[in-house]
Amino acid sequence: MSAYEAVVGIECHVELKTRTKMFCGCTNAFGAEPNTQVCPVCLALPGALPVPNRVAIAQTLRAGVAFGADIPAFSKFDRKNYFYPDMPKNYQISQYDMPLVVGGEVRYWLEDGTTGSCPLERIHLEEDTGKSTHAGSGDGRIAGSAYSLVDFNRAGVPLMECVSAPALHGAAEAVAFLASLRRTLLELGVSDVKMEEGSLRCDANVSVRLVGTSQLGTKAEIKNMNSFRSVHRAIESEIDRQIALLEKGERVIQETRGWDEIHGVTHPMRSKEEAHDYRYFPDPDLVPLEISASDVERMRAELPELPWQRFERYTGRYDLGAKQATQLIDNPSLARYFDRVVELSRNPQQSTNFVLGELSRLANDTGTPVADSSIAPEALCELIALVEGKTINSKIAKELVERMWAGEGSPRAIVEREGLAQTSDPAAVDKIVEDVLARNADVVADYRNGKTSVAGYLVGQVMKASRGKADPQLVAELVKKRLGAS
Amino acid sequence: MSELVERGAAEIARDVNAKRVSAREIADAALARADAVDERVGAYLRVLYDIARETATRVDERVARGEKLPLAGVPFAVKDNMCLNGTRTTCASRILERWTAPYTATAVQRMLDAGCVPIGKSNLDEFAMGSSCENSALGVTRNPYDLGRVPGGSSGGSAAAVAAREAAIGMGSDTGGSIREPAAFCNLVGLKPTYGRVSRYGLIAFASSLDQIGPLARSVEDAALAYDAMAGHDPMDSTSIASEVEPTATALRNDLRGLRIGIVREFPLDPLGAEMKSAYEQAYRDLEALGASLVEVCLPTAEYGLATYYLIAPAECSANLARFDGVRYGSNVDAGDVGTMYERTRAAGFGPEVKRRILIGTYALSSGYYDAYYVRAQKARTLVARDFAKAFTSCDLIASPATSCPPFALGAKSDPYSMYLMDYYTIPMSLAGVPALSVPCGWAREGGRTLPLGLQLVAPHFAEALLLGAAHAYEGATKHAGTYAPSLVAASGVES
Repeated sequence: MSAYEAVVGIECHVELKTRTKMFCGCTNAFGAEPNTQVCPVCLALPGALPVPNRVAIAQTLRAGVAFGADIPAFSKFDRKNYFYPDMPKNYQISQYDMPLVVGGEVRYWLEDGTTGSCPLERIHLEEDTGKSTHAGSGDGRIAGSAYSLVDFNRAGVPLMECVSAPALHGAAEAVAFLASLRRTLLELGVSDVKMEEGSLRCDANVSVRLVGTSQLGTKAEIKNMNSFRSVHRAIESEIDRQIALLEKGERVIQETRGWDEIHGVTHPMRSKEEAHDYRYFPDPDLVPLEISASDVERMRAELPELPWQRFERYTGRYDLGAKQATQLIDNPSLARYFDRVVELSRNPQQSTNFVLGELSRLANDTGTPVADSSIAPEALCELIALVEGKTINSKIAKELVERMWAGEGSPRAIVEREGLAQTSDPAAVDKIVEDVLARNADVVADYRNGKTSVAGYLVGQVMKASRGKADPQLVAELVKKRLGAS
Repeated sequence: MSELVERGAAEIARDVNAKRVSAREIADAALARADAVDERVGAYLRVLYDIARETATRVDERVARGEKLPLAGVPFAVKDNMCLNGTRTTCASRILERWTAPYTATAVQRMLDAGCVPIGKSNLDEFAMGSSCENSALGVTRNPYDLGRVPGGSSGGSAAAVAAREAAIGMGSDTGGSIREPAAFCNLVGLKPTYGRVSRYGLIAFASSLDQIGPLARSVEDAALAYDAMAGHDPMDSTSIASEVEPTATALRNDLRGLRIGIVREFPLDPLGAEMKSAYEQAYRDLEALGASLVEVCLPTAEYGLATYYLIAPAECSANLARFDGVRYGSNVDAGDVGTMYERTRAAGFGPEVKRRILIGTYALSSGYYDAYYVRAQKARTLVARDFAKAFTSCDLIASPATSCPPFALGAKSDPYSMYLMDYYTIPMSLAGVPALSVPCGWAREGGRTLPLGLQLVAPHFAEALLLGAAHAYEGATKHAGTYAPSLVAASGVES
């Protein structure tokens, strides 16, 4: 067992899904032709001034409320000064010492279903930069490039920065934290949170320390992670690197390191000494924000059920496995469908069996989402009721699901029309058993000579003779009984 | 000189609306006047011949359709730190020497909407940093009252244009005195409105929390008409105030009865010298004679104004001017890497005073110095604002000198600090955000010349109507403004 434990903190940037940019009226949309979504404000033309996007502020506050954070009554925007060609003003409007959101926590669960929680330090709102493309340097970096192209479409897109406490222990917790944060923001509808489009970007602060000590080790900040998988790999790799250093008697130095996806290692980007002095100061173009307590209360009251709450409901009240619960949570329309079925049927187990079983299989095969299929939750509940009342057995139920999916309508109507109701009358079933045994005297003889495995075959033959309608349990009992009597 | 260029804005608007004269005739007269005198005055960096004529023609068409425009056909000068779509807008800086604005500043647009006709883009101290116009990288502006002297700054070009009858209204911007000081130096009325009253959208920022656009004019009524046109809420400027603007041109008064006017204890007249002292004593007596009662008020923190201002304004400017990097627009000096390109572009593009303030501001905001400089300056600013709030509990207006000396000779103030002192009387009001104006109040004789002096009047926030109203009464009783047009006598003695 390792004598070291890892401590990880996550900083993530989330592009908000607003109609317009943070400080101007330009469209906020991914993927347009370069420099077509720009105006004097987001190009920082001389004389242009920022006007804050109220929707972006409200979305950030909603996220804060969802994470159970404090919403201070006052907040303000600050200028973060540094020069870079894709930052038009050469300062970024951000928030320094009075963020919109303070504290809160992200509750998450791991693959095995254990749950955890990581405190948030803050959430603040800022503007995104443009996007640079450096050509001619081979590695796509500015140093040594022949020329650079800048697309300012992204400049000024509202960006929410969430900073966790250094309270995650290892890569799995870090990824679980991120996944839960992502699901929550999706549920709130405030962002697309797509890592591949850059609407979710994250850095990890990683340090290690001896188990049992409380002081934090020297951290490295890891950048350039483009998927949850690379977050996981990068953190693991960095933990290993730091432990190896310490075991060799060397020190970890505070620095920023980049994740190299191809080689699976982190490499140094810049040291603490090279850190910028950002010279933050309150942006005089923007007046301080006053947040009304009643607005915050209204937001709190209007919160939807959050993913971690849903996880607790599914795994607790409904007794679903972590994997099933996650599958539902990550498919909101399926989860809504499922919730409706449970609500109507009051049978979480059967609801789970059908929705995550047959229905999901059919959805997969046909490409039609369950919620858009021809099986309304009410119709599925009718089917569940037929199963519960033992009117039909599971084999018939499966067949009915396929026919309902194909649009044949009410399961009860099909059952009645075609006489598919399960035969549970012992006398009637026993008559069939008697006939089948009579026709299979040789098999019966095998059984009686000790080859008891043939019982299953006989049960199958009885089911077949009943055209699947016999209660399988009853059939098994009666076959055994007759075989037992000689 | 055509008689038309002597006319003020009120008269021009009346006559153009009544179709007694066309906006085009007024514009042509102003352009001809600029042709005749601006080579000597240097008010304009660029005269906008085509735009002026086209705009005037459109004003005439609007009038012909029956529109009544508050400033119909009034020729105005636009300080070259304000954007006017399609015109070069340079801030008198090499770095923007060839930049053409693709949009129009809100305040300029409001003047155009009111019927004004832009005659030219006027000179200024580079990025509005200075008090004499001598920091312009693109031209020299001279005081029409004595061509050997400065017009004041930073709105010196607009002031000189109005004083030399090359425009009826000048648009200025005032950060620490940049409208009031040139108004005083050029015998004009110059108003710095309440911070937030006039939109800053399209005004190229020097110090965002202090910058405010306002008018320069040859009469209080003209200044009031221009203020009424340019003031009002702008959704493009977050610091723009939403409340209704009280019209001022209809609130002009002819006496000061019932008003208490505060005389600032911390601004004694003795240091100004005998001549200026007697001019201001006379001005105070004139206020009294109009019915005002004079009371002493205290602005104990006013003496810290200059130090406070020279931390806050440079701090803001250090960030505001960071966008001039040679990447997207403006001049650019090529280099092998981006860092060197920034350095060379900015070294070549900015003049010494701009660099000095960027350095001061960068230093004041640096880690380890921020609390000692920027935070303390903000605290001092709060105290200055409180002083004004307290003073205005015992008076309705405050009166003081606008400047500590009459217009000085070009090149006379070579060290930056003595130039900074020029704004001693005007900076505290900027820090407090209260409206203040300079109105002509007499003359000082120096070197055989008669030079204008300005009286500063200050009002509480949003009391522009009271402020301009009182200035109108003072102006009517003293007639300093209209009585003496500049003869454009150069230092060498050649008259126009």
